[in-house]
Amino acid sequence: MDRQAWLSTFAIAPHADLIARAAPFDAPAQTLRAPEIGSVMVRGRAGGTGAPFNLGEMTVTRCSVRIGDHDGHGWVQGRSKPAARAAAILDALLQGERASEVEAAVIKPLAEAAQTRRDARAKKAEATKVDFFTLVRGEDQ
Amino acid sequence: MYVATKGGEKAIDAAHQWLAEERRGDVNVAELTLEQIAEQLTLSVARVMAEGAVYDPPLAALAIKQARGDLIEAIFLVRAYRTTLPRLGASHAVDTGAMACDRRISATFKDLPGGQVLGPTFDYTHRLIDFTLAADGDPTPAQATDGAGEDKPRVLDLLGREGLMEPSGEGDQTPLDITRTPLDLPTTRDARLQVLARADEGFLLSMAYSTQRGYGRTHAFVGELRIGAVAVEMEIPELGLTIQIGEITLTECETVNQFTGSKTEPPQFTRGYGLVFGQSERKAISMSLVDRALRAAELGEDLSGVPAQDEEFVMMHSDNVQATGFLEHIKLPHYVDFQAELELIRRLRREAEANAQHEATE
Repeated sequence: MDRQAWLSTFAIAPHADLIARAAPFDAPAQTLRAPEIGSVMVRGRAGGTGAPFNLGEMTVTRCSVRIGDHDGHGWVQGRSKPAARAAAILDALLQGERASEVEAAVIKPLAEAAQTRRDARAKKAEATKVDFFTLVRGEDQ
Repeated sequence: MYVATKGGEKAIDAAHQWLAEERRGDVNVAELTLEQIAEQLTLSVARVMAEGAVYDPPLAALAIKQARGDLIEAIFLVRAYRTTLPRLGASHAVDTGAMACDRRISATFKDLPGGQVLGPTFDYTHRLIDFTLAADGDPTPAQATDGAGEDKPRVLDLLGREGLMEPSGEGDQTPLDITRTPLDLPTTRDARLQVLARADEGFLLSMAYSTQRGYGRTHAFVGELRIGAVAVEMEIPELGLTIQIGEITLTECETVNQFTGSKTEPPQFTRGYGLVFGQSERKAISMSLVDRALRAAELGEDLSGVPAQDEEFVMMHSDNVQATGFLEHIKLPHYVDFQAELELIRRLRREAEANAQHEATE
């Protein structure tokens, strides 16, 4: 799994899940940037595919730490300083010797849970798909 | 004009204490949790996020609780909170074509790749009060299929391929941000879409409805309406990488409108666009109708006497936080102004009486 993928997995994980799964990996880390809550302007496009416009903001929390030689950056959706710090620590660890351990214990279950949530909604949506049937009209007989 | 007055601090403190007590209501009734609001009043939360212009369900739930369910007050709280946040960047434009759709319908084409998906809709309910909800009990679980369904391409692309639909435009220029740059008239479409996305739902609904009743001829069809989750991606400067920083629910509406053509353009369909935070199709449809109406000048349409096509009227009166602020300020002390008014009326009356007496004696 590449860094882009794991950072994205942390960003959208439910805060409580991320914090709980990261807890066993809590490591002494130097704080490069203390957890900070801020906003990101979300953009859309006119007509879905046209010129961009500003739709509105969303909240995010970011944090940066250093463990050994590795800088870890965490960005999570919403307002959670512990979740952003957990993401930053995990990002640093994933660049070192404990990468496979973190991948198995944190990333894999979080990614699977996200996929399960998405699949469950998709299947419910599909159950509401309209099956049209055509009525035989008089003039066709 | 209103002036500062001193005194009243004790009364204000007492009023706010009572407000807190009234907010809580009967203490023998369990207190509302934010999770309950976020999970069970989802559409209120969606409205507060959309008009507060900040996507954050727990924050909107808290604002609703604090505002005792007054959604415009909650929107005000969210707007005030957002001004305290540092802006950490701007996302790439979201790809609504890749939306994980809970709902996707078209009023213009029956058969679509991906199908018509109703989703959790109020449509086709009978609008009868359901007294079983007054009792405890969990609902029957929703049905689900085995597979997850096909891709759902944009409906208007089907018309676009035949050349019957105007292109939706393109480009990657940085859009105007009305939270940073004051709105200037005449407006550009990027600024209008930002204003409409955070505009009051009721105002947009009425404006859109007026176009349907004949104030503006922009007869609209809902080409496509979709609701679902999209990924928000942003380039993280310290990493030089684009990552997904969030997943948000959006409602998108694209309308198809008649256009008889102009000197430069052949007859073709034109577009109106609505995009709103959360599940809010009334607002998304309204937004797309008003967006199309506001393109009247660009499309060379007759502008006379149509409120929804008057950009100054729509842009300057659509924001419920601004409107509430100005409207409600007139309840604040205006003692000095009113003294002057009172003085003026008394003087006019004295003069009128004197004149009447003068005429009577002549």
